[in-house]
Amino acid sequence: MPVVLLVLSLCLLAGTASAQERAEGVRGTLSNEVDDEDVPVEGAVITVADASGEEVGEVTSDEDGSFALDLPGPGAYTATIDVESLPEGVALRDEARATLSFTLNPGQNRPLNFFFGEDTRQRATTTDRALQLGVEGIKLGLIIAITSVGLSLIFGTTGLTNFAHGELVTFGALVCWYLNFEAGIPLLWAAPLAIVLGGAASGLLDRGLWRPLRARGTGLIAMLVVSIGLSLLLRYLFLYQFGGRTRPFAEYGRQRQVDFLGLGLVGITPKDMVSIGISVVVLVTVALLITRTRMGKAMRAVADNPDLAASSGIDVQRVISVVWIVGGALAALGGVLVGLGEEVSWQMGFQLLLLMFAGITLGGLGTAFGALVGGFVIGLFINLSTLVVPTELKNVGALLVLVLVLLVRPQGILGRAERVG
Amino acid sequence: MDWGAIVQNALRAAFGLEAAYFALAAIGLNVHFGYTGLLNFGQAGFLAVGAYGMGIAVTYFGWSLWVGIGVSILAAVVFALLLGLPTLRLRADYLAIVTIASAEIVRLVFRSARFQPVTGGSAGLQNFAGEFYRINPYDTGVYRLEAVYAGGVGPFDVVRVLLALALLWIVVDRLLPGRLPGSRRPRVAPSAADADESVASREVIGLREIVLLAVAAVILVVGLSPVAFNERRMWILTVGWGLVALTSLLVFLLMRSPWGRVLKSIREDEDAARSLGKNVVSYKMQSLVFGGVIGALGGLVFVIGNQSIQPDNFGTPITFFAYAALILGGTARVFGPVVGSMIFWALLSFAENALQQGREAGYISNDFLTSTQIGQLRFMLVGVGLMLLMVFRPQGIFGNRREIDLSVRR
Amino acid sequence: MSVADRPAAASAVEALGGVDRRPGVPKPDPILTVDGVHRRFGGLTAVNVDHLEVQRGSITALIGPNGAGKTTFFNLLTGFDKPDSGIWTFDGEDMAGMPAHKVARTGMVRTFQLTKSLARLSVMENMKLGATGQRGEGFGRALLPPLWLGQERANEARALELLTRFKLDTKRDDFAGTLSGGQRKLLEMARALMVQPRLVMLDEPMAGVNPALTQSLLGHVKGLREEGMTVVFVEHDMDVVYDISDWVVVMAEGRIIAEGPPAAIGANQEVIDAYLGAHHDAPLTFEEEERQLAEDHARARAEGEGRT
Repeated sequence: MPVVLLVLSLCLLAGTASAQERAEGVRGTLSNEVDDEDVPVEGAVITVADASGEEVGEVTSDEDGSFALDLPGPGAYTATIDVESLPEGVALRDEARATLSFTLNPGQNRPLNFFFGEDTRQRATTTDRALQLGVEGIKLGLIIAITSVGLSLIFGTTGLTNFAHGELVTFGALVCWYLNFEAGIPLLWAAPLAIVLGGAASGLLDRGLWRPLRARGTGLIAMLVVSIGLSLLLRYLFLYQFGGRTRPFAEYGRQRQVDFLGLGLVGITPKDMVSIGISVVVLVTVALLITRTRMGKAMRAVADNPDLAASSGIDVQRVISVVWIVGGALAALGGVLVGLGEEVSWQMGFQLLLLMFAGITLGGLGTAFGALVGGFVIGLFINLSTLVVPTELKNVGALLVLVLVLLVRPQGILGRAERVG
Repeated sequence: MDWGAIVQNALRAAFGLEAAYFALAAIGLNVHFGYTGLLNFGQAGFLAVGAYGMGIAVTYFGWSLWVGIGVSILAAVVFALLLGLPTLRLRADYLAIVTIASAEIVRLVFRSARFQPVTGGSAGLQNFAGEFYRINPYDTGVYRLEAVYAGGVGPFDVVRVLLALALLWIVVDRLLPGRLPGSRRPRVAPSAADADESVASREVIGLREIVLLAVAAVILVVGLSPVAFNERRMWILTVGWGLVALTSLLVFLLMRSPWGRVLKSIREDEDAARSLGKNVVSYKMQSLVFGGVIGALGGLVFVIGNQSIQPDNFGTPITFFAYAALILGGTARVFGPVVGSMIFWALLSFAENALQQGREAGYISNDFLTSTQIGQLRFMLVGVGLMLLMVFRPQGIFGNRREIDLSVRR
Repeated sequence: MSVADRPAAASAVEALGGVDRRPGVPKPDPILTVDGVHRRFGGLTAVNVDHLEVQRGSITALIGPNGAGKTTFFNLLTGFDKPDSGIWTFDGEDMAGMPAHKVARTGMVRTFQLTKSLARLSVMENMKLGATGQRGEGFGRALLPPLWLGQERANEARALELLTRFKLDTKRDDFAGTLSGGQRKLLEMARALMVQPRLVMLDEPMAGVNPALTQSLLGHVKGLREEGMTVVFVEHDMDVVYDISDWVVVMAEGRIIAEGPPAAIGANQEVIDAYLGAHHDAPLTFEEEERQLAEDHARARAEGEGRT
């Protein structure tokens, strides 16, 4: 009997390490064979209806082609794949099999298989693909740049390497999702509201946590470990609250690509165009604010030399507060934009964090402009690198670049040799 | 709620596979962070490299498990060199960023479909531990840490009482300072600070004493008899805790040698070490390799115990768990990571079982907490624990606060 | 105590007696020779030393207004920073490009402006760290105490002797972090001596030390000369400079602008101009002092971390 108990408890221990949903649901991976290679089918929409025909869930396959959906409980269901949502050139092997009927047993997480036919996609030329990836890279790069500014300025002004910065990104996206999806506020209103709340939350974090820690004279390394604890806490709080699925906003879900500028070169969805537009405007504004305004100059002075800034009459605490608020708001904006382009998930920010680190290290730790440039370059690089490396390894390339940059030019692209940090 | 079962499970977790695994991971981190001051946030990478080095050698190349273990150690050395070369000359934060990034690179590569034939992709590797269990000296059956005698007093009861008395002795020593033979650690406070009565009186009965008393009580009342394992688990645990003992002994010997002194001096101020003729980069590299290899041994113990390698078991939270265990037990102490890991897993098991039972007994509503969410709550608890420890008790349960305060960095 | 009681002092004064009083002048028996050392930070020239020789067995003071490049010059010579160009030899050995730890092992040991005591090591451990050629500092041999215990005991005896001399022997088992500022300065100097250097470079050894301890520190510095060591030190307090130095080198804006015996240097017009031109070295106001401190702090940090 003790052995049984033991085995049970070990199962508990082991099971929760990979904390998967134990509720009923469906899952699967959509892939299409091209030249003997499995190519994931991204963006396919699958809707599930219960026995009465009422829709109970919808899910979109991610970049790996995989999807997972929780269902309300055991019973009979039908799952339908939206043929319209399939990428150009991908078709079901058997159109009649677009709807599958199945029964879920209690606790069952059932795999669903949709089979695709011969891929008739026109294999795009490398140039075409490079252009397309370039556009997506610009979009991602701009988002990384936006989110990194805060991370870099916080590092510059307080010396804190904030491992919880990714959670500010997630926070913005989740708040926006709740406002939009749950409360039914249109995205155009929900997004600015989420950004304001993101800034406020970030400011509160500084006031309630970081400022008291600075006042206690807590060491930088101790604060770094605290930020890791905070990151774990927030991330799993998000998971606890939001669940493990990725979810789209209520509006602007699926869009067809339109021909960018009518040149026949690059396709882009309208929302991506808007995302890029907003990013550029925000980044230019931030750059102007940092270079032109008193507060911006004060920020750079504090980042340059806090002791000197303090003695020349700058209110360092206030500058740091502003940096946190602005950084949090920008992170939230980044989160909303990621949520718009892809979907919202509990660890989207953490996944972005390492890319932000790569970006600001590349650009020069602690400088605002370094973060802008570095983040942009990393985003572009990640997407273009998929020309040669598998999509699932695209982040590996970016992180390797980070390591290489440190080998060759540790102060970053824009950093000056004598002022690392 | 069955509190007896909850305490028994917690006790079992303190001696289980995870505790041994994290003890090794944390011993490695202690060498890096506690003694050398290196911010290695990629210990998960070392664990993964240790696991996969052997796994690939056995399942892909068909080599012997024992050769595979050699491959693991070699792989950890190479990984440490690759990490260290670009970063050890730079500031501490760079090492933190590069190590966490590298651990993710390692995980992503191992789980990549592209390398699936070698690494097993996201499904990982199985069927590599046969050779290990073939030489299992334990016969089939259930083994207890403490033999159970049908009535009467057995030798383990004597051991139990002696152990509990020893712990009580330590507590009494703290309550009545100076009455019992004292320690020979370097004096922390000059006489002026000793006069600070408020600090002294507040610390007489602190967390350390409470923990010791609790452990003494559990050992006295419950004993270790609930800690029982089958023969396979017993075999890997023997090896795992044996490695913990061996590496702790190595760390103990090294840290009281001149070599360890150089590491500690680098932690305190690497420029000072440099100005006294010490090749700082070389020592940091040795530390990274040594701690990394210990971590790789931990990875080996874990996957041989589970007889399965899963890439997602080596995600970044694992490193943070190991940090939590290390800081809980106390950094720069030989037994800090070991005790920390045992307490860490006992606490996690306790919290999880208590919540689970509370839920089943209806004290906690299902709307508030599903069984899945208990697992998530665990991560949150670790997060909060890490923050609270760092802010209020950076010295861990058994460390000395003033010693930590001596060197608040910049 | 007169010069006559200190034979080394007398001989240093005698050897430098006939030397010209101009920048870059050759010395009879130089232990350190510097040629064309140049260091730029961005657009700013921090150090630009054409030629400098340091007389063996002397105490040489390096003075100059703030921002003159004294500490940077120290960093360059001891391998803590790399010059853009330049060569220098120590006792005939080419030192350019040598990493800091090798410089120390060659016998050229420095201390720091902001003391770097190893807070969580005991005073004795601090001292023993300074000993060079320790067999137990190799990973493998560290595991076999019989190989190094004998050497360790000898080092401990030597350390205790030095600690007694510096009146720190009662603190031997205390954490270095519990010492007062002045005691840390003493410890740092004693620790540097454990390396058995031939040239000791002290960066502001008296900064932040109370007057009572200053006298004892001065005595220790003079003692180094009597033991045959050469001392170069950076100092702001002119009384200290007059008291102990045999030779004074003045830097301003990275260059050496004057050299000579201490008595002659105060009258040098270039020196007066340099000090008056770039603020008086003694801070004018409290705020000014704060600012200078902050600047020095920031520079020291940037230099410490900018190393690649």
